[in-house]
Amino acid sequence: MSRLIPLIAFLVLVGLFGFGIWWNTQHDQHEIVSPLIDKPAPAFALPTLADPGHTVDKASLMGRPYFLNVFASWCIECVHEHPQLLGEMKQLGLPLVGMNYKDDPQEAIAWLREHGNPFDTIVTDRDGRAGIDFGVYGAPETFLIDARGVIRYKHVGPITPEVIDGEIRPALAALAKERS
Amino acid sequence: MRGFGRAQGALLQGGRESCKSAPCARPLLALLLILLLWPILSIAQAIQPLPFRDHAEELRFQKLSTELRCPMCQNETLADSNAPIAHDLRRQIFEMMQAGKSDDEIKGYLVDRYSDFVLYKPPVRPSTWLLWFGPLALLVIGGGVVFVQVRRRARTQTDLANAPSDNGDDW
Repeated sequence: MSRLIPLIAFLVLVGLFGFGIWWNTQHDQHEIVSPLIDKPAPAFALPTLADPGHTVDKASLMGRPYFLNVFASWCIECVHEHPQLLGEMKQLGLPLVGMNYKDDPQEAIAWLREHGNPFDTIVTDRDGRAGIDFGVYGAPETFLIDARGVIRYKHVGPITPEVIDGEIRPALAALAKERS
Repeated sequence: MRGFGRAQGALLQGGRESCKSAPCARPLLALLLILLLWPILSIAQAIQPLPFRDHAEELRFQKLSTELRCPMCQNETLADSNAPIAHDLRRQIFEMMQAGKSDDEIKGYLVDRYSDFVLYKPPVRPSTWLLWFGPLALLVIGGGVVFVQVRRRARTQTDLANAPSDNGDDW
């Protein structure tokens, strides 16, 4: 029996390392799990991209769930997720609110003209202060905020078809179940 | 005797002349100092100039920003990082300091938004017990295993010394 101990120890290590590799393919090591999930979204009142004199605040968006997508014209990954926003995400039937993050409004408008505008409303956070309140540390990031203004889900990085099917649809299903 | 003395004097004189009466080492020393301080200069340039009220406030800011981690470039402190978010968070820390917030309040503010991840020193609480005490537990377990093994081996060795033959069961 004692002859088998090194073999068992070796197999345990193989299992451990194998688990580590599997875990890292399933999880983004750079993702910080937001402490804001299931907490009320921070209050904000931000000017819209179309009309800087007009502000949209948290209260005016409450009453029905919506997506808040943090994007910028300088953000490379935003270009990659844009087809999903224009396609599948819009078909989910929730308002899509864009937060133009630390961007020049003119460049943002030009960027949307080039790539298409999937957003129902776009607010601007030029100096990134609202971003800090939302725990944003880069773009793109996407939040699902429910009718009572509570953050229910957050995705860091570009939205892919896998993310929509694997995370966003289940999150929406949970919301729908709650309401019924 | 005199000749030797003169020769020595000439040597000294010659040495001094090539240095133009100032100690030779000084320009070299200055150059060395500049080279040594160069990295500090570049750090000072990397960080945005903030209007500190006094040196104590600046030191407090520096200390606080080295205790916090940049959420974007995850192995850098807020003080070291040049990421845009680190820039914004430094500005936030500075503004909160100006508003009279304590270090704990500022850290709490960032933890509320970016989780314990921003702290280089995570707090001791049930969810971090494994992190804090895990290595100690491993050491105790490992030490226990070694202790038991050593004692067992010592016992079998005394048994072997008493027994005349080897059973051949060793690897």
